[in-house]
Amino acid sequence: MTKHTRKRALFALLLSLALFAAACGDTRDDDGDTGDTGATETDSPTDGGTETATDGETAAECPEPSTGITADTIKLGGTYPLSGPASAYGAIGQAVQAYFEYANGELGGAPGAFEGREFEYVIKDDGYNPPNTVEAVRELVEQEQVFALFQNLGTPPVAAVWDYVNQQEVPQPFVATGASLWGLNQEHPWTIGWQPNYVSESRVYAQYLKENHAGSTIAVLYQNDDYGQDYLNGFKSAIEGSDLEIVAEQSYETTDATLDSQMTNLAQSEADVFFNITTPSFAAKAMGFDAQSDWNPVHLLNSVSNSLTVVGAVGFEPLQGIVTALYLKDPADEQFQEDEDVQNYMEMLAEYGPDLDPNNGFAVYGWAVADSFYKLLEQTECPTREALQEAWGNLNDVEFAMALPGITMNTGSDDRFPLESMQIATLQGETWELQGDVINTREVFGPVSEAVGDG
Amino acid sequence: MAIRQRLRDPATQRWLRIGVFVLLLAVAIWAPFFFAPFRVFQFSRVLIFAIAILGLGLLTGFNGQISLGHGAFFAIGAYTAAVLMVKVGWPFLLVVPVALVITFALGYGVGIPALRLHGLYLALVTLALAVVTPPILKRFSGLTGGSMGLTIPKPQPPEWTGLAADQYLYFLGLIAFIVAVVLARNLVNSRIGRAMVAIREDPLAAQTMGVNLAQVKTLTFAWSAMYAGMAGVLFTWTIGFVSPESFTIVLSIEILAALVVGGLGSIWGPLLGAIFLVFIPNISEDINQAAPGIAFGALLILAMYVFPGGIAGLARRQWGKFLMGGGDAPPGAGAVGRTDRSEAATKTTEGRPEDEPVANTGHSEEGAP
Amino acid sequence: MELFFQQLINGLATGAIYASLAVALVLIYRSTDIVNFAQGEMAMFSAYIAWALTQAGWGFWPAVIVTLIVSFIGGLAVERVVIRPVEGQNELTIVIVTIGLFIFFNALAGWIWTFQVRGFPSPFPQQNVDLGPVSAGIPSLGIVAVVAAVVGLLFLLFQRTKLGLTMRAAAENPESSRLVGIRVGWMLALGWGLAATVGAISGILVAPILFLSPNMMAGVLIFAFAAATLGGFDSAGGAVIGGLIVGVSESLAGTYIGFIGADLKIVIPMAIIVGVLLVKPEGLFGRPSVERV
Repeated sequence: MTKHTRKRALFALLLSLALFAAACGDTRDDDGDTGDTGATETDSPTDGGTETATDGETAAECPEPSTGITADTIKLGGTYPLSGPASAYGAIGQAVQAYFEYANGELGGAPGAFEGREFEYVIKDDGYNPPNTVEAVRELVEQEQVFALFQNLGTPPVAAVWDYVNQQEVPQPFVATGASLWGLNQEHPWTIGWQPNYVSESRVYAQYLKENHAGSTIAVLYQNDDYGQDYLNGFKSAIEGSDLEIVAEQSYETTDATLDSQMTNLAQSEADVFFNITTPSFAAKAMGFDAQSDWNPVHLLNSVSNSLTVVGAVGFEPLQGIVTALYLKDPADEQFQEDEDVQNYMEMLAEYGPDLDPNNGFAVYGWAVADSFYKLLEQTECPTREALQEAWGNLNDVEFAMALPGITMNTGSDDRFPLESMQIATLQGETWELQGDVINTREVFGPVSEAVGDG
Repeated sequence: MAIRQRLRDPATQRWLRIGVFVLLLAVAIWAPFFFAPFRVFQFSRVLIFAIAILGLGLLTGFNGQISLGHGAFFAIGAYTAAVLMVKVGWPFLLVVPVALVITFALGYGVGIPALRLHGLYLALVTLALAVVTPPILKRFSGLTGGSMGLTIPKPQPPEWTGLAADQYLYFLGLIAFIVAVVLARNLVNSRIGRAMVAIREDPLAAQTMGVNLAQVKTLTFAWSAMYAGMAGVLFTWTIGFVSPESFTIVLSIEILAALVVGGLGSIWGPLLGAIFLVFIPNISEDINQAAPGIAFGALLILAMYVFPGGIAGLARRQWGKFLMGGGDAPPGAGAVGRTDRSEAATKTTEGRPEDEPVANTGHSEEGAP
Repeated sequence: MELFFQQLINGLATGAIYASLAVALVLIYRSTDIVNFAQGEMAMFSAYIAWALTQAGWGFWPAVIVTLIVSFIGGLAVERVVIRPVEGQNELTIVIVTIGLFIFFNALAGWIWTFQVRGFPSPFPQQNVDLGPVSAGIPSLGIVAVVAAVVGLLFLLFQRTKLGLTMRAAAENPESSRLVGIRVGWMLALGWGLAATVGAISGILVAPILFLSPNMMAGVLIFAFAAATLGGFDSAGGAVIGGLIVGVSESLAGTYIGFIGADLKIVIPMAIIVGVLLVKPEGLFGRPSVERV
C-alpha cells in the first residue's frame, strides 16, 4: 500500500509541477524578450518591447518595422479548431503552415519589403469556441508579439476578437469565414475577409437559375447559424423580383444526427431545385438522401462542401449533374493535371505537408489563401502594419495560386471584398466541369449592402 | 515530532489556516501587478470557472446531485448581463442582481423535478438542458443577436483606481470569488449545510430526523445555479462577447470534469480544477500540436489516477498523513476501495474542526448495497 | 397522411441508430454501474478499423469480423488498463475517466485518419424499398433488424447462460460474488468487451448513413443517452424502445409543430423524457431502486 501511495505521490508532484509551471510561467520558451514581466500599466503591446532591427535594404522612407518583424523573421499567428467538433477545418491551418515552410524553403522567405525574412508561424487551437479564441489571440498579440493575425477561422470566433484586434491595430487579414459582415462593417479597418462571401456565392446560384432554370421552385436546407442564414438571406434578396420562388425551407443544428426528417419535408415540396447549404458531413448526408430518393431536383451544393473528397464519399455515380460554384482549382480535376500551378501545389504539398491529403478542399483553400497573403506582402511597400493594411485596400487584379482562370483579388476604397467572382460547375464523371463564364457578382448585382447581410 | 504535535493542536491549525489564506490573498492581489495583461486575463478566466465549479460543487459535493446542465445557467447569466447591457443600456454592476435572481429562480424551477430523479437520471436530464440551450438562444435572435452573438463593451475601471482594464476585471472576479467562497462556507456550516451533508449521506435517515429534504435540495439547486449565473455575468464582462457557440454542452462537461479533478467538497478544489481547465489545454497543445486532444484526454485520465479524490483531496490527505507522523496512510486514504464513507470516517477521527467541509463525492443513493 | 407515415418511418430509422448505441451504453451500465461517455467514440474508432481494413483490400465481411474481435479485445483492454486503476473509486471519478477517453479517441482517430468525411461500404444495398405509399431505406431497415437481433442475443446471454448470470451477479453484488469465487474484475472487463463489440456493430451500421468522420457519433451519443434514460438505464429492450420514441417524436415534432420547427425539434424528446421520468423516475423499463435506512 505504501508503495502504491508513494508512486502516486510522485505522479502528483509531477503533475502539480506541470500545473504550476503553466500557471506561473510561460510554457513557451521562445518569448523571453517580449516584455512579459512588469508590463502592468498598459493594455497595449503594440509596438512595444520588440527588438527593432532596421534592414538596410528596405526603402529609406519606410518607418521602423512593426512589432513581429525582426532582421530575419516575420512572425504571424493563426487560430484554428484543432480539437472538437469543427476539427476538419484544422487542415486549413496545416496547409497554411506547409505553405510558409515552402516559402521559406523554396522562395527564400517573405517577398518585397519583407525580403530576407523567414516566415515564423504560430498556430493556436481554439476549438471553434469564442472565449478560447479571445485567449489565443491575446496570447498571439501580447505574448508572441505577432506582426499580423493570419488567420482566424469561423464567424463567431472572429466576431469575438475583432474589436480587440482593431483596438490594438493588429492586422487581421483574410479571416477564414465568408460572412459578409467583414466587408460591410466600416468600424473595423484592421480586419478583412478573403473568400467570396456567402451572399456573393448565393448570387452566383441565383444568376445561374435565372439563366438556366427560369420559373423554378426551390427548396432550401441550411445550417441554423450565421453561415446558413447569410447564404439564405443573400439568396432571397438575389431572386427578389424574379420568377424564382422558395417553396420550402428547413434548417438543421450541428447536433442533429441525421437529416432525414428535414429532407423528407423538403422532398414533399417537390421543388425543382434543391439548395444545399451545409458543412461537409451534413452535405454528405443530404447528398446521400438525394442519391436514394425519388425526388430529383437540380441540386445546388454550396462551395463549403464541394471538395471532391466529400462528393466521392457519397459516390459520384448517383450525383451526376449536381451544381456548385468554384473559385479554386480542384487538384483532382483532370483538366488541371497538366497545369503548372496545380503540379507545383501537388509537389510542394507532398514535400512540406506530407500528412495532408492534397485533394482535401481545405488543404487547397489553405494553400491558396497563404499564397494570397504572400502576394499581398509583395504589394506592401514597407514592413509595417499600416503598410500592410494599406496594401490590402488597393488590390488590383492580383493573381494567386490555385485560383481558377479569371479569378483575381480586387479591392478599393468602397470594396472590402477581395473575391466576389465564381464560376458554376457541374459534376461530370468524377470531376467538376466548369460551365459558362466567371460570374462577377459585383458587376451583375452591384455591391453587397447592409440590407442583405443578416447583421 | 514536536512540530507535528503542535500542528495537530486545533488552535494552531486555525491560525495556520488563516495564515495560508492571508498569504494566498496577498499573492492574488499582487499577481495582476506582476504578470502581463494576457496572464491577468487568463487568471480572470480561472476565477470565472472557479465560481461556476464552486456552485456545482455545492450541488454535487454536498448535496450528492450531479448536474450536466450548469453550462445552461452559466449561459443564462451571461446572456442576461449581455442583453441588459447592450439592448437596455444598463450599467454593468446593475445587471448582477437581475442575473442572480433569474438564475436562482430557474435553478429553483429545475430543482423541483430534480427531486424525483436519482443521480444518473438527473445528470442526463440536466444534460438535456445544456443541449437545448444553444438552439433556444438562436431562436430568440431579436434579443440575443442569434448565432452572430452580441458584443459587449467591457467595463472600464474608474479613474481613481489607476487600474488597467484587465486588472479591474480580475479584481471584480476576485471579489466575486471571495464572496462566493465565504457564502459557500457559511452555507455549508449552517444548519442547511449540515442538512445537505446529511441528505447526501443518507437521505432517508435525514428525512426521518426531521430535515425538510425537498426544500433543502431545491434551495441548494437554486443556489448552485446562481453561482453559475454569476460566473456567466463575469464571463460577459471579461470576454466581451457572447454567442451560442460559447455555451455548448462542452462547457457543462468541462465544469463537471474540473470539479472532480479539483476535488469535491472542498473550497480549494474548484480553484485547482479551474486552473487545470485553463492551463492544461495549452500544455496539451505544446505536446502534440496536430492533435491536442490526445494529450488532453490522457492528462485528464492521468489526473484521475493521481488524484482520485481530486487535487485538493490528495493535498489534504498528504497533510493529514504528515500530521499523523508519516509512514502509513490513514485507513482508506490512499487505498483503493470505495473511499466515500471511509474517508469521511477518517476525517472525523482526525478531529478535523467543523469548518473544514467533508471531502466527498457524488451520489450515495446507489452506493449502498 | 403520406408525409406522416414517411416521417414515422424516418423517425424509426433514426431511432434505430440511437438505439444501437444506447444498447452498448446499457451493457456497460449493467456490468459496471457507470455511464461510458466514450462509448460513441469507441464505436467510431471500430468503424474506422473496419474501414481501414477494407481500404487495405480486405473483403467487407472479413473486415467486419476482424473488427468485432479487435473491438472485443480492445474493450477488454480498455477496462483492464484504463478503468482498472480507478475501479472502486466513486462513479464520478470513473465517468471523468471515460470523458478523458472520449477526447482521446476522438483526437486519435483524427490524427490517424484525418477529419475528412469518408464513405463507408454498407452491407445493405443503398436503395429505398416502397412500403405502400411510403418508402424506407434498406440500410435503415437493416439497422432495425440487426439491433433487434443483438438485443435478442443479449437477452439469451443474460437470462439463459451461466456466463450471463455470473456477469449479472458480479455487477449487482461484487462482494458476495467474490466470496463465491467469481472473478469479478474479469466479469467487469467482459462487460466492457461486450459493450465495445455491440458499439462496433453500431458504428459499422451507422457509418454508411452518417458517413465516417471522427465526429460521427457525437450527435448520436446525446440521443443515445436520452434513449437509455427514457427506457431505463438497466434495460436493453428499454433502450431500444427509448431510442425509437426519441427518433419518432423528434421527426414528427420538427414536421408538425409549427413553432418548434427543425431548429428546436430536439426539445420535444427532451421534454418527453423529463415527463416520463417525473412519473417513473427509473425510466420506462428500469427497475426501481430500493432505498434503505
